[in-house]
Amino acid sequence: MVEKCGYCCTKIRNINVSFGEKEVLKNVNIHIHCGKLTVIIGENGAGKSTLIKAILGEVKHTGKILFKDREESGSKIKIGYVPQKLDMENSPATVFDVISSYTSNSPIFAVKSKKKYNEIYEHLKDFGAEKLIDTKINSLSGGQLQRVMLAIATMPYPDLLLLDEPISGIDRNGKEQFYQNINELKENHDLAIILVSHDFEYVKKYADKVILLDKTIIAKGKPEEVLKSKEFVERFGEV
Amino acid sequence: MLEYEFMRNALFAILIMTPLFGLIGTVIVNNKMAFFSDALGHSALTGIAIGALLGIVNPTISMIIFGIVFALLLNRIKDLKITSRDTIISVFSSTALALGLIILSKNGNFSKFSNYLIGDILSIVPAEIFALLIIAVIVLAFWVLFSNKLYAISLNASLAKSKGINAKLIENLFVVLIAIIVMISIRWVGILIINSMLILPAAASRNIARNLREYHVFSVIFAMFSGILGLVISYFGEVATGPMIVIIASLIFFVTYFIRSRIGD
Repeated sequence: MVEKCGYCCTKIRNINVSFGEKEVLKNVNIHIHCGKLTVIIGENGAGKSTLIKAILGEVKHTGKILFKDREESGSKIKIGYVPQKLDMENSPATVFDVISSYTSNSPIFAVKSKKKYNEIYEHLKDFGAEKLIDTKINSLSGGQLQRVMLAIATMPYPDLLLLDEPISGIDRNGKEQFYQNINELKENHDLAIILVSHDFEYVKKYADKVILLDKTIIAKGKPEEVLKSKEFVERFGEV
Repeated sequence: MLEYEFMRNALFAILIMTPLFGLIGTVIVNNKMAFFSDALGHSALTGIAIGALLGIVNPTISMIIFGIVFALLLNRIKDLKITSRDTIISVFSSTALALGLIILSKNGNFSKFSNYLIGDILSIVPAEIFALLIIAVIVLAFWVLFSNKLYAISLNASLAKSKGINAKLIENLFVVLIAIIVMISIRWVGILIINSMLILPAAASRNIARNLREYHVFSVIFAMFSGILGLVISYFGEVATGPMIVIIASLIFFVTYFIRSRIGD
């Protein structure tokens, strides 16, 4: 459990992205505090995934991403990322193998380090997924895989957690559990979280702040405000 | 059969080469690079042809240089955001093959190079076996350092990058490594056969492995078993060694495929 400070923050300033002539993101400014869940919503092609990739530094962009930690030391921000999917068709790897491949230098093709195994087992407990450690990754359900991906992204715990529509194709129980996991991460580890989502029901229930994106920010604020705004209703109807 | 020196040399070469194929095949299959390694094999002919044009006595050098350039180029194509990557790789592969054949067949000289098509393991000499041994040590070192990262990249490159893994650099190093292994061993293994040796053991292992350690171990064992048995059968049956190895590896693939469909995942 990390003590809450509500002080450290990430400032995303004036992000612009163009692919050739096409402007994909324009003048995006977001201010995120630790211990808060910010949800980005928008139609297909609104630039949601591009924004996530820009914050990750994978997409060329102008503008700045500034991070201020508790000590104001200006240390480099640690970002955790949960992608939409893993390309694991037919993979022989277990959950242990997959998590190790991202978090360990000890060559997993040759050795199964006991120390690493225990470390991963303990970490998976945070997501109620410790029993999955020896399961083959391609026999996991959507919800189970989701928890494994959360475990990868939070080992070690980052300052900012980015999740790019990670729960498409998951049943109701899986979704509820996922949002509870996110909520616990926020509460217990004081993480700043940015989530791209389409599940307005859960967004309403769990988000601290909602941003409606359509190449630029067209509405932002508390969930109930944004989900009732004219801009939202024009695009998605009443929810 | 081991009373003949050429058979002993062939056996040593197989004991070094096949585990290497089994090892790097695991990542080639993981990353769906079968097309890539096939194209690379075909490009060997262009490498030989360029060497012949430039009057380089040892074609292995021109093959390796051309192979590395070709591999890096193909790796770049892989990253382009297009849906027809397989098609484009095929175009490059066919072009490289045809170009090599045209240059080498000029003045009716091709028969001199036809050995490269199916290879001749019995022609290997001790100095070349020593070169293979050095490559094997390099591959093993690379594997200890980078195999976790290669696997992480194959699952999701963005996730790997968010963990501080330099995906571009590691992938480029890997394709350069494949290029060197393919070009060095192609004279003994053959252009038409090398891709099967890279793909089949790993694909068979994938059918039955329950984790990454088993995946590697089975792949190496299948590769070595096919190699040794293929050599023995080809000696007594008086047939070409490379294709015999491939037949055995294919049989192993079908058996493991059958086992998997019986026991499920």
